[in-house]
Amino acid sequence: MKALAAAAVAFALLIALALLAPQWLVFMAMLALAKGVVVLGLVVLMRTGLVSFGQGLYFGIGAYAAALLSHQWHIADAAVMLLAAAAAGGLLAALLGLLLARYRDIFFAMLSLALSMILYGLLVKSAALGSTDGFNLHARTFFGIAFASGMERRVFLIAGSACAVVAALMVHRLLDGHWGRLASAVRDNELRVSYLGASPYRVVYFNYLIAGTLAGLGGALAALAVGHVDPETTYWTTSGEFVFIAILGGTQSIMAPFVAAAIFETLRTIASQYAPNVWQMSLGLAMLAIIMFQPAGLWSLAERWRRSA
Amino acid sequence: MSNILPVVFDGIAYGSWLFLMSAGLTLIYGVMRILNVAHGSLYALGAYAACSFAGAWLNGGLPAAGSFGMLLLAAIVVGGLVGPLLERGLLQWMYGKDEVVLVLVTYAVFLIMEDVIKLVWGVDSLLLPEPYALPGNFSLGGLAYPVYNLLLIGMALVTGLALVWALYRTRQGKLLLAVIHDREMSMAMGINVSRFYLATFTVGATLAALGGALTAPTVAVTPGIGVEVIVLAFAVVVIGGLGSLGGAALGALLVGLVRSATVRYWPEAELFSIYAVMAIVLIARPKGLFAVQEARKI
Repeated sequence: MKALAAAAVAFALLIALALLAPQWLVFMAMLALAKGVVVLGLVVLMRTGLVSFGQGLYFGIGAYAAALLSHQWHIADAAVMLLAAAAAGGLLAALLGLLLARYRDIFFAMLSLALSMILYGLLVKSAALGSTDGFNLHARTFFGIAFASGMERRVFLIAGSACAVVAALMVHRLLDGHWGRLASAVRDNELRVSYLGASPYRVVYFNYLIAGTLAGLGGALAALAVGHVDPETTYWTTSGEFVFIAILGGTQSIMAPFVAAAIFETLRTIASQYAPNVWQMSLGLAMLAIIMFQPAGLWSLAERWRRSA
Repeated sequence: MSNILPVVFDGIAYGSWLFLMSAGLTLIYGVMRILNVAHGSLYALGAYAACSFAGAWLNGGLPAAGSFGMLLLAAIVVGGLVGPLLERGLLQWMYGKDEVVLVLVTYAVFLIMEDVIKLVWGVDSLLLPEPYALPGNFSLGGLAYPVYNLLLIGMALVTGLALVWALYRTRQGKLLLAVIHDREMSMAMGINVSRFYLATFTVGATLAALGGALTAPTVAVTPGIGVEVIVLAFAVVVIGGLGSLGGAALGALLVGLVRSATVRYWPEAELFSIYAVMAIVLIARPKGLFAVQEARKI
């Protein structure tokens, strides 16, 4: 019930933001939301103790799926784009998961990295998809209803918020129950989970599927916000950014990825405005500080504060 | 036959360069269990330092042949300064953490160094064409071919042989093998493990810087050159099996040949082919070609 209430409050706040905030803030909120959704999937995966350095693969697939719909098939409905992107991410994850679910630790991280770099290599060299420049996309309707001018991003933000809230609630339900405990058990001691009669492979596979689907959805959200896709979405630095946000927030709460993504986007906007040359350095220093002093992420600060209050 | 020869030669030259990069990476992983993302920034530092050193040498009107020595000096200075700085200043506090966390730590270092490089050398491209142009060309199957690539291959051979000799033929190397095999037992036997960690990281860092320094004359040195290199070196190391020196050599040669063949016959697939090889190897042998299977423990 508490989760539901929190979700309702968050959703109401996001709608208010979408309707009242200036355009630049709406844009920033959309990017933060898109990354938050991707990181939510990554956090699900991290519950099993696996870190993917290749979520850019699904992020890019989602973005390109949405863009291709408008570009090749002239389907300019944002709702169709979001659904198609999530489906594309999920399908690819269902396929690659069969392979990746057999790997652990550093090998899982490296193989997922290699797979995302394969897609990057393909996109960079495909002239039909604009090579390194990528191409633009336009969404003109939402569930068939045309946008009033200047309202596109506001509608996208509301739609994205709805998707994010639903996804977060579903993940919360899933991780709170039997499945979440099984996932933690796989992380702690996989062999014993097998002895007890559960299949670690299935847990990893299913969580990977969730992560892929959410990353696809996030990719489409980002593409809608920017109005442009390029191969950079699948590059390993993009994937690294997602891992960074996940570490920043921690894996303990469903809200953490979104809060961390919002902090990340805010910092990035400020840094690119005032100190573009030390932006990466501040990221790196923040990451080291968190790993050393707050290994459970910023969210654990909030928890501690709440407990002492 | 005549058009296969350049392809093979190209592949070997590229493979040599890859080997220089990945030997350090695999050495550090083998001893310290750190998959060092900052290897890419050490490479970039090496390239920048080479530009500065050799540039100063040439501007001083000294004989141009000496710029090769400057390349090597740049690598040694970068490795000898930054390597110990990183290991003593940061990494030594991180041992015992999860391997994935260590990847993140070195990723953070990588991000920091990217900006440090920009602050020190600025964002403009640096060029250092002299050492590349100086030795001239030789003819290979009717094609003019830079002698510099021969130097690169020679350098990789010398480095590889030196590493093998140091590891298997010297007392310190054998002690290091003991550390790799069982860290705690070696400590109990009185081996100063932390000193070996420091030495390993310094040697690995120097190799990365050497890779960068030797690349500097062939490309425009710009911010971000380390970004691509690091995943390439990862691919090579993972193909060979993490921690295996022979694996890194074979992986580098394999990737080098595959790349030069695709560049020749199917140029669109250049990047794709390298990672496809890695994916295929990992699918067939999940821990790489030369990795030892470990027993599963409860």
